[in-house]
Amino acid sequence: MATASCKSLEDSETARESEEETEIPKDFEPGASSESILISIDLYEEVENSPGSVYEDVSYRRRKSTICELERSAGKRVLAEEQVETSKSFDDKSQDGQLKAEIGHDESIRIKNSPNVEPIRIEMESIQMSSDEEKHEIIETAEDIHNPEWKQHSKHIFILSEAGKPIYSRFGSEDKLVTLMGVMQALVSIVQDNGDVIRSIHAGDHKFVFLVRLPLILVAVANTNASAPQLVVQLNCVYNLILSVLTSTQLCSIFEQRRNYDLRRLLGGAEKFLDNLVDTMDSDPSFLLVAVRCLPLTSAIRDTISQSIVQYCSKVKNVVFAILVAKNQLVTIVRMKKYSLHPSDLHLVMNLVNSSDSFKAAESWTPICLPKFDSSGFLHAHVSYLDDNCPACLLLLTVDKNLFFTLQECRRKIVERLHRYNCLEAINASLESEGYSVSEVGLPDLRHFIYKSKSAAQFTEPRLEAPYVSNEDQSNLFGLYQYLHHRMYNSARPLKILFYVGQKEIMLSWHMAGFELYAAFEPMVTKFTAVNTMNKLVRWIKKEEDRLFIMNAPTI
Amino acid sequence: MSKQEVKLCLLGDSGVGKSSIVQRFVNNTFNPLAESTIGASFMTKNFHEDSHTYKFNIWDTAGQERYRALAPMYYRGAGAAIIVYDVTSAQSFESLKGWVRELQHHGPPGIVLAIAGNKCDLEDYREVSYQTAKNYADEIGALFVETSALTAVNVNEIFQEISKKIPKETVPHLVEHSLQLHPGQKKKKCC
Repeated sequence: MATASCKSLEDSETARESEEETEIPKDFEPGASSESILISIDLYEEVENSPGSVYEDVSYRRRKSTICELERSAGKRVLAEEQVETSKSFDDKSQDGQLKAEIGHDESIRIKNSPNVEPIRIEMESIQMSSDEEKHEIIETAEDIHNPEWKQHSKHIFILSEAGKPIYSRFGSEDKLVTLMGVMQALVSIVQDNGDVIRSIHAGDHKFVFLVRLPLILVAVANTNASAPQLVVQLNCVYNLILSVLTSTQLCSIFEQRRNYDLRRLLGGAEKFLDNLVDTMDSDPSFLLVAVRCLPLTSAIRDTISQSIVQYCSKVKNVVFAILVAKNQLVTIVRMKKYSLHPSDLHLVMNLVNSSDSFKAAESWTPICLPKFDSSGFLHAHVSYLDDNCPACLLLLTVDKNLFFTLQECRRKIVERLHRYNCLEAINASLESEGYSVSEVGLPDLRHFIYKSKSAAQFTEPRLEAPYVSNEDQSNLFGLYQYLHHRMYNSARPLKILFYVGQKEIMLSWHMAGFELYAAFEPMVTKFTAVNTMNKLVRWIKKEEDRLFIMNAPTI
Repeated sequence: MSKQEVKLCLLGDSGVGKSSIVQRFVNNTFNPLAESTIGASFMTKNFHEDSHTYKFNIWDTAGQERYRALAPMYYRGAGAAIIVYDVTSAQSFESLKGWVRELQHHGPPGIVLAIAGNKCDLEDYREVSYQTAKNYADEIGALFVETSALTAVNVNEIFQEISKKIPKETVPHLVEHSLQLHPGQKKKKCC
């Protein structure tokens, strides 16, 4: 069930370079287990091959709601009640948002009616034209598009409503970017008028990537190594984050009621989630690979932790997922039978925990929507750190919003048992050692690598060591990984092996049916040595898989 | 000596200092860099008043608008509510009135209402006068104090006042260890 991901590779005709790997069996996949804790889906294939998916059919989602299914099985209708409550609260939203929206709206209409319906090149010019116009209007205010610093940022992310109303900008204030957002909205709607969907504009080093997920429009402007499909995947993450805060049901109903609603009102306090997510994506391979990083632990410890959670959570009805994370790494997941977690959803959970220290102050009870699990409704999460001295955070997710005290008790027993078996010490020790060194692998030419088990949707990498010490060097390396990844997944010519001679290192990437491997080597290494090293590396990972990956998928 | 459990929730605009008041009351600490609450957080504190011990089960809710729909979950069955505004923000005082109306219409009957004008140490930036708030509180029959979580002014006092106003339980509670969030609903079982 979990291996449907590598189709594009099998379909490709680029098997010619694959002689070197004969000694590795075709389906070799360290880190894979019979039952995966995570769902493995190839997002890049989705992005490349299905332009239709730009418009997500929310009504379809709503009909087959997983949460409803769960509640039905528990004989409850909590969600229905809640939806009444939420829709009630939207009615009494204040009106000041409306006024502002109309100004923004007028602006975008003016642009929309301007006579250029020509292809993309001219639309590009219209960006410059309009920014010249703006100069006279808002020149006295800083931090807008004329601020040189603002222009220097290597990646911008914007979110606007279908009506062109600003919702979020990574840099600068949305209010001052109203006109710019109007232009973006115009670009989208001009292309839309022709019955098409705008995907990206390429101008020199800059890529303007659009993701239309009505009622929202998301735009990334970047001059980094990230490819357009990679940026789309990032925008998708950002979109999912918005859903995780609001649910698709709320999002759609707000805009159905009032097309020019100022969504920032409802996203108040969520900016830090967005900021943190967007920052993390610039350096964390999790998003690039659509996979999860696990905290290295001996399988005995990990099993004890999982069993502790299973033991107490199984006594509580309606716990769907119990997730233990520590510093952006997954310790374990315990899940309800039949239900699996998508890595993107897990990224959002981790982002929630990482974005804020407020969970450290006290145990919390918060609604969260996991869009891939069910975008139409909220799960309720009991969130608590295991201990003041342990940065591992336990999340117990349920469909029953009245379960707080039950879960509080459940969590108390879990923590007690974890203490008894010294699991917290083990987690702390692993965190302190910051993973493992590449030297443990014992392959002298190897500097760094990222390995992803496809069916498990988990990846592993050693910690970054010399020569990747400075931020600049680290981000250069990440840029190279992005480049390799892009080349491997290039829909026109997908590759199986790529040997790339960079300025300071040699890069090699290798895709097999079961895994993806990207590695950085010393600059003078030969092709033969590099390929040999890769073979040895994969075998080393196989040997260490119990520690590096979560091999069991405990259920309740 | 009897021990009485009181469910208490804090409501009010984002950034007025609800969590800081709770932190000050429960741990007697203040974090100037406190981040906004996500969802709601839960804390307990035992409080002695005369010969009576109260166990406050405190729900500290997030002030952001999107969580507003969840508020009933926290004030349902509550013995007391502290509605917090920021004396340096007239807007937050206006929102407070909305909360009062909501509690008057949908809150549990007999809930003890307390109004806290927080950040009273910032006298220079004051936008809401003591008298305005006091008059309003008298009008609706709510307790009123101006607090400062930073300097600890009136934080314990407000909880003290609340415990004085809470009807005493004379019969010892039989199901004291009950974990139910809503004692009114029969169908939910715990453990």
